[in-house]
Amino acid sequence: MQNNNNQIKGSLRAVTLGFLFLFLFIIIVLIASDIYYLVTSSLTCSDLLKIVLSENIRNAFVLSIVTSLCSLVLVMLFAVPVGYALSRYRFPGHTIVNTFVDIPLILPPVVLGVSLLAFFGTPVGIFIKSMLKSMDVSLISGVGIVMGQFLVSISYCIRAAKSSFDTVNQDVEAVGLTLGASPWQVFRRISLPLAGNGLIAGGVMAWARAIGVFGPLMVFVGTGPRVQVMPTQMWLELSIGNIEASLTIAIMMIVIAGTALALVHKLAPGRRWE
Amino acid sequence: MTLQINSLSLTAGSFHLKSITLEIQNGEYFVLMGPTGSGKSLFLKSICGLQSIETGSIIIAGKDVTNLPPRERNLGYVPQRSNLFPNMNVARNIQFPLDMRGIKGAEADKKVSEIAEMLKITHLLDRATYHLSGGERQKVALARALAAKPAILILDEPVSAVDEPTRREICKDLATIQKELKMTTIHVCHSEEEAKSVADKAGILYHGVLKKVGTVDEISKLYYNKSMSEKV
Repeated sequence: MQNNNNQIKGSLRAVTLGFLFLFLFIIIVLIASDIYYLVTSSLTCSDLLKIVLSENIRNAFVLSIVTSLCSLVLVMLFAVPVGYALSRYRFPGHTIVNTFVDIPLILPPVVLGVSLLAFFGTPVGIFIKSMLKSMDVSLISGVGIVMGQFLVSISYCIRAAKSSFDTVNQDVEAVGLTLGASPWQVFRRISLPLAGNGLIAGGVMAWARAIGVFGPLMVFVGTGPRVQVMPTQMWLELSIGNIEASLTIAIMMIVIAGTALALVHKLAPGRRWE
Repeated sequence: MTLQINSLSLTAGSFHLKSITLEIQNGEYFVLMGPTGSGKSLFLKSICGLQSIETGSIIIAGKDVTNLPPRERNLGYVPQRSNLFPNMNVARNIQFPLDMRGIKGAEADKKVSEIAEMLKITHLLDRATYHLSGGERQKVALARALAAKPAILILDEPVSAVDEPTRREICKDLATIQKELKMTTIHVCHSEEEAKSVADKAGILYHGVLKKVGTVDEISKLYYNKSMSEKV
């Protein structure tokens, strides 16, 4: 009987770990292919460095970082209260609202770009556009990029925020109230620090998603010189047959995303206080 | 401070607390007994303002606090599972109610030291809460509840999750501190020995109804009698 159990456990372990390592192998092969292509091309290290430091890629890198950080700030401003409300309060239509929050996760990103275009064709959108114009702000700029990045990435952070607040023991918060704290003080002193790791992980995930947004930006802001972020630049290089530059940007983005994911795994819920 | 509960009724799901009237005198130690599911914790939460009530009133030291939020009731609440703040160490946990009342710096430190000394937990002050044993956690929760000198101390089975020697030790401390501070206390428990070691007066709650208030002996007899529901 014991032997039988060990055999079952052994085969289960072998099969599940087998799938894990197969998946890992696929990812590594894909990344390695990018590097292999560059290494075996006729380019030297200094050529690659030139590509990395070329004005177009440099500008795209800076614009990507700046806009994605701006959208991160906006995402956190929205996701923390929304995640808290979804976690703590039950109201009529809660399930529907909870589902709607996930819509940007399941929609093809390009649909969000089309929806943004459509919105700025409505009277409200036209009014906002004219307001921005009066302040000398165009949508075909960092502003438009941030809008696209925000819409694509916010659901990831809301989901992470809700899960993090779900893990905070509400009885602990209740005790805080009896000890003289207002609900805001309990939120700031207890709930927020306890959900902190998950919120940071959600923020990093949203930022990594934002920096990789392509489809909605192609539709909404286009590929003009003022709005070329890294994914757009990568596509532009590819479209003119400059595959080496395109792959160089791809590797830069892999490094950025990899670093972000490493941070997420370091900070994700699971490292509980108790 | 006197605690007066007048005709308190509430509904939580399919459970009802039915018209509870109770008066605990200033400095009195009251123990509330009753089988599991009789509504003891719900009753305590309603006194704390964590559970809304349908009818009745809660009066603390002559002041009607029925509609006041928990923070304005000036209570010290120790729940069954200590519920310490895991993001703060022991000293900061105890300091929390002082912070909320604007007591900071040297004055707060002094008060934390005093209360820690009283409960013999000075050596724990710098520790993270997740390194504490069950008994230590309850003592810290008690210190936190007492730190701001609340009008009423509310203890919800504070020693149910600790071993026998620790239970006796905490009960002994509780009785001493309560007498020293002359603090009106309401304490929920299941044990006759625990009740006898601390209480001046006791009551029994059964299916959401406060059946009887009397001496600990009277209430214990009822509590341990299998046909209690018929007798009361």
